Amino acid sequence: MSAFSAIGDEREIDRDEFTPGIEPQATWCPGCGDFGVLKALKQAMPEVGRNPDEVALFTGIGCSGKLNSYFNSYGFHTIHGRSLPVARAAKLANPELEVIAAGGDGDGYGIGGNHLIHTARENHDMTYIVFNNEIFGLTKGQTSPTSPKGHKSKTQPHGSAKSPIRPLSQSLNAGATYIARTAAVNPNQAKEIIAEAIEHDGFAHIDFLTQCPTWNKDAKHYVPYTDVQQSDDYDFDLSDRAEAAEMMRQTEEKLYEGEVLTGRMYVEDARPSYGQEKRQIGEMPEEPLAERYFDEDAEWERTYDNLLEHHK
Amino acid sequence: MTDNELIWRIAGGSGDGIDSTSQNFAKALMRSGLHVFTHRHYPSRIRGGHTYVEVRAKDEPVQSRGDGYNFLLALGDSFARNPQEEAYYGKEELKPLYENFDDLREGGVLLYDEGLLDEEDVEEIELEEAAEENGWHVVPMDLRGIAKEHGREIMRNTAGIGATAAILDIDTAEFEQLIEQNMSGDMQEANLNVLHDAYEAAADLDIDHDIEVPDNSHDEEQVILSGSNAISYGALDEGCRFISGYPMTPWTDVFTIMSQHLPEFGGISEQVEDEIAAAALALGASHAGVKAMSGSSGGGFALMSEPLGLAEMTETPIVLVEAMRAGPSTGMPTKPEQADLEHVLYTSQGDSARVVFAPANIRECYTQTRSAFRIAYEYQIPAIVVYDQKIQGELRNLPASHFDEEPNADPGSVLTEEEIQEAAHHPSGKFQRFLHEPEDGSNVSPRSVPGQKDGRYLATGNEHNPSGHISEDPENRIAQMERRLNKLDDIRADLDENAGHQTYYGPEDADHGILVWGSQQDTAFEAVDRLNENGHSVKALGVSDMMPYPVEEVSEWLESVDEALVVEMNATAQFRGLTQKELGKYGEKLSSLLKYNGNPFEPAEIVDGFESSIDGEELAASNMKFVPAAGD
Repeated sequence: MSAFSAIGDEREIDRDEFTPGIEPQATWCPGCGDFGVLKALKQAMPEVGRNPDEVALFTGIGCSGKLNSYFNSYGFHTIHGRSLPVARAAKLANPELEVIAAGGDGDGYGIGGNHLIHTARENHDMTYIVFNNEIFGLTKGQTSPTSPKGHKSKTQPHGSAKSPIRPLSQSLNAGATYIARTAAVNPNQAKEIIAEAIEHDGFAHIDFLTQCPTWNKDAKHYVPYTDVQQSDDYDFDLSDRAEAAEMMRQTEEKLYEGEVLTGRMYVEDARPSYGQEKRQIGEMPEEPLAERYFDEDAEWERTYDNLLEHHK
Repeated sequence: MTDNELIWRIAGGSGDGIDSTSQNFAKALMRSGLHVFTHRHYPSRIRGGHTYVEVRAKDEPVQSRGDGYNFLLALGDSFARNPQEEAYYGKEELKPLYENFDDLREGGVLLYDEGLLDEEDVEEIELEEAAEENGWHVVPMDLRGIAKEHGREIMRNTAGIGATAAILDIDTAEFEQLIEQNMSGDMQEANLNVLHDAYEAAADLDIDHDIEVPDNSHDEEQVILSGSNAISYGALDEGCRFISGYPMTPWTDVFTIMSQHLPEFGGISEQVEDEIAAAALALGASHAGVKAMSGSSGGGFALMSEPLGLAEMTETPIVLVEAMRAGPSTGMPTKPEQADLEHVLYTSQGDSARVVFAPANIRECYTQTRSAFRIAYEYQIPAIVVYDQKIQGELRNLPASHFDEEPNADPGSVLTEEEIQEAAHHPSGKFQRFLHEPEDGSNVSPRSVPGQKDGRYLATGNEHNPSGHISEDPENRIAQMERRLNKLDDIRADLDENAGHQTYYGPEDADHGILVWGSQQDTAFEAVDRLNENGHSVKALGVSDMMPYPVEEVSEWLESVDEALVVEMNATAQFRGLTQKELGKYGEKLSSLLKYNGNPFEPAEIVDGFESSIDGEELAASNMKFVPAAGD
């Protein structure tokens, strides 16, 4: 019997299970897009059939990092930019956990950018939600990696001389196998995309547009939005890298021209996840490694028996 | 004067097979019944540059490098690109022959490859004159010629072994057996032929010298291995099945050894994008229930500062190893130093709550790495094993029985699902993972692991209340700070009862003391023996517990001596500073002998340093520094 009985517990899941019994007062401002992520995530969980004790949610620092204060699951609120390396090791240690990571645009595209590239490259089977509000919110409105060129703030008084990062294109180039953009103003699409991302066997990156009414744009700046899957103006093959790349280029550029494009941008189902690759070459045990520590009958190798001969 | 120990130095360029040849030489001598110890010196480059290894062999356990050497096998640097004396790095090809001339003992043997080194060049360095002055026996041999006759030029090193065996009258049987074990086919045959031909050629020269390689036999089966091996094996025997890292000298050795063995041990090794990720991965694996480690050397460890603090705050057990090399910054990548002590003790913001052990030798590398895992997982605290390039690479024999220990894979203070059902929960549904006052009266609040039913909690780097929720309430703050820091007192008591990490040496009633830590310990012990032979009254204490510091043990020992010399390999007397900070007194009793030129102490240097310190004389050697006690 598994030491982790929450895992694979086949029962009906109610989304309310993901709301803490006593809800802490939210630190998010009224009208904040972060509420939209929380709601969509809670709604997606019953659809993917996961219960709170088998979900591990890893966050970074910033307003987005408060997500696991309001989401009832195992949570690890890590340090700025480092949610991905903590999360992916938990997935390797116990592949049966549902691992989700979340952070802001500064967290994921700035300070943690290198981790995003490598986690995507390795194609870990997990979901990464980036709360993209195009600003540093919690530290009071500084220019972020996704702020538009010319963005003025107290730390960029003459307007930013930098072009914004291209998060979707970068993720595609790095190797992510599910890439989408959604927005807090579009809760139904957000829920569907989160559910798909969780069910995807590989690294799923969701760039989630979350309005910051206090320091940046409010919700009305993100409407109207276009779902590229629903629109006749955009016709591209989701599994074709070149077509996806072109769709992403337009999506990234149009955001700064005031046109909000959302939807699935790239889906690659054939590529094995990192865990599958590691098992294939014999560098990862078939059974979840964490289980072994809780199995009283487990046998543990001894270096005296296995390795000392070479030194005699 | 007859030397009844052998200190054989093989010198060449990186790529000449110096390392592997010396390993085989040491292993063969161990198999023949001798005790051996190796000292490695190499530059930070892939090809060329002066590399040497000394193999010291005696009929009793060897605990240190020796003073100089009495046999030099100078192969010359076959990768040297610049033969000019005026070149930036000097006359590279010849360096392995002349660079450390002075350290060859009187009456020593100097065997060099005249097949590579030009006769005119050798004349220029005035070898003959120096040999005459010091009574050296100079033996030019065409090792390259012998190697090429049967195989490839690289086999010069095998030729060197054959010639060494003939000159020292060592039976070649053990060398032959190693060649047969390690090689096959044409390669094996060629090497055996080279070995024999070189032996015959050297035997014909009939060199008369005063080195007597002793005879000995071992009472029990011996093994020869490095500190990196011992650290890795300690981790594996303690159930560590996850390592994450990024290559950096000298830590790479442990990372490599673990990566080689983890798959067959059912574990996982991850080479990742940087050291921040490396430490973060170890945390993630541990959080999910696996015994995990990471590590690096100075600069890479600096990147681990923030994850290390996160481990302290979230009480996530991890073991980190720090292989020190000479700093600051990139420093001297392949040279040992003990200058990262303060770095590992205090790096990361806020008040430190971590455990730091500094093993002194291969034996301690194994036992203290095991202690580090046990303490980390029982007390939910990061534990660091700090060692250096010296221990990392030096080989030493010890009885195989030292490793005949049972494994311990216990994940420590973790609850079972049944226990979680009984445990305290917050009305929100969260498991109370960070109780102010854990039920058993200890300061450790047991954890749950993701996937366990009803065990969910929030781990956060913010200050938090018992269920993990972020809290800035002053009373909660004090309660959590005190519990986390008080774990160090519990650990101190545990170590005092169970560990015995400190090592006492020399006559108990001695007047003078030598206080030492980490890799310099055993060299200091050899110096203590010589000082007592010279008529001094000296004992030594080797300290391994850097945090929590063994206040009682060290105080008691310091009370028992008039004064103590603190010997360490850094420029700012970091361990002496730690000792004074922890003990709050004895400043007037502690003086320092420091060395930071990239080479570890030789026993004779400590003897000299001690003698000039008690005689109040200026230190003769320029490669060390003496710092007097406060008030002197």
